[in-house]
Amino acid sequence: MKIAVLVKEVPDTWGDRRIDPSTKRVDRTGDLVIDEINEKSVEAALLVKEANAGSEVTVVTMGPTSALAAIRKALAMGADNGIHLIDGGLAGSDAMQTSAALAAALSTRGFDLIIAGNESTDGRTAAVPAMLAERLGLAQLTFLRTLTVIGDTVSGERMSDDGHVDVSASLPALVSVTEQIAEARFPNFRGIMAAKKKKVETLGIEDLGLPTDETGGANSWSTVLDVTPRPARSGGTIVKDDGTAGTQLADFLAAAKLI
Amino acid sequence: MSHVLVLIEHANGQPAASTGELIAAAARLGEPAAVVVTTTGATAVSAESLGALGAGTVYVASLPNADTLVVTPQVAALHAAALAAGDVSAVIVGNSIDSREAGARLAVRMGGAFQSDVVDVASDAAGIRVTQQAFGGAFTVTAGAAQGVSVISIRQGSIDGAAPAAAGTTQEIDVAADTAVGAQITARHEQTQASERPSLQTADIVVSGGRGLGSKEKFVLVEELADALGAAVGASRAAVDAGYCEHNMQVGQTGVTVSPNLYIAVGISGAIQHRAGMQSAKTIVAINKDADSPIFDVADFGVVGDLFTVVPQLIEAVKARKS
Repeated sequence: MKIAVLVKEVPDTWGDRRIDPSTKRVDRTGDLVIDEINEKSVEAALLVKEANAGSEVTVVTMGPTSALAAIRKALAMGADNGIHLIDGGLAGSDAMQTSAALAAALSTRGFDLIIAGNESTDGRTAAVPAMLAERLGLAQLTFLRTLTVIGDTVSGERMSDDGHVDVSASLPALVSVTEQIAEARFPNFRGIMAAKKKKVETLGIEDLGLPTDETGGANSWSTVLDVTPRPARSGGTIVKDDGTAGTQLADFLAAAKLI
Repeated sequence: MSHVLVLIEHANGQPAASTGELIAAAARLGEPAAVVVTTTGATAVSAESLGALGAGTVYVASLPNADTLVVTPQVAALHAAALAAGDVSAVIVGNSIDSREAGARLAVRMGGAFQSDVVDVASDAAGIRVTQQAFGGAFTVTAGAAQGVSVISIRQGSIDGAAPAAAGTTQEIDVAADTAVGAQITARHEQTQASERPSLQTADIVVSGGRGLGSKEKFVLVEELADALGAAVGASRAAVDAGYCEHNMQVGQTGVTVSPNLYIAVGISGAIQHRAGMQSAKTIVAINKDADSPIFDVADFGVVGDLFTVVPQLIEAVKARKS
């Protein structure tokens, strides 16, 4: 089985994240990491591979040079090879454009299963997997918290706002996973060393066959007009409980007309 | 004036609570028209009730598998309604998992901007303007659309006001020709019984519990405080991971983003990922035994102490004031 797993490099959620007011784009000068949800996506792909002998896992990302580290991390975990969509002309893409570029890279390679995270921690648009299913004409099994592939049937539990539903489809199909899917394995030393030798193909706009007047921030469908940081919160009153803190807190809430 | 389609979520013939605000958002951008996708033979959603909420036309797509395919029927119905309506400038959907994904696919099918988790919409001579929050409300972003149909998912509880009542005229649409490959829904495991508590996304007050509660049994204390205040119950990721409560109660980076009038964090240390889901609350209260907890950096009122003595006392004081 040929499995593609989509990963994204994002600003570390442990740090201060910001949008650059001059470019109106995410500031990528701080610590960048593979998104946590994508470590779990890779884990999900590896579990499918291990359950289906003869499978191959290809890691796919779109991003600048630094995003190669996200691919290497996935390769160190056990993925087999990578595809890196890298082109200055892709910078500033919105979800529509990102899905178009990924679809162009994925469409001709005969993947049986494409696995993505349900939403990135930076954009949180949570739309690219559904858009890819639409573009590629694949069954969409998104927001899965469990994933099983038996023969040519893929199934799992899809989260909904009121619980979950059981879903099923024939391969080929597109899956997105939630953070409940699995705990990601840690790459071991051998994995890290092996990852350095694994093949990573690079693709630019020309390779993807995308019209240059449709790519990048200058041609995005959604255009950011203004970005305003929220003023920092100032510190409030902190009391140490002397036996009356619960009552003091009630007094505070009452004074603020919150109760 | 151009038409703005609204995808109606419904159950047992009743439109979802958010329907009014979705139509109100649509009315700011054009003439609202509702799109209802229903299983053949199921209880119909009253077009009259949707008209009262502001829908001029109610497009109804009935199909046998409306409830057993993942989002593809909704995409097909929205597309068919857009073709039937002619001049459509925008499509409004809820920000639920299903509706947001239907909207995302529609944006591809029709060609247009897709703007997710929008908290405000407006329209002026330059076009449609949406407001979004980035990084848990740390930044407010205003965006427009370069071309095509704007597909916008609206965060629940963010749009005030109502649209003026309109005709609510039913128009059947046919989606039988749709060829999209759909995943089958083979079983549903969803809560049909609505909780007595307000929903986490729209509640005026949210009380969240963290790892400090120590066990699923003791997490009940958070629920008791919430009930005394008429609040929704949330949780930190640590509490969810520890099995104290359901995953859909998780507030934070990878859970629900809330911005209530009052947020009370009980036994939550306040890791940056948790703060990303609640820091836009108007007033923040924290109760934690560790004075160095980062939650106190954003708290308007913080109590350093044992939650098992502070919270029961608070509950008593709240009940005493209410009675």
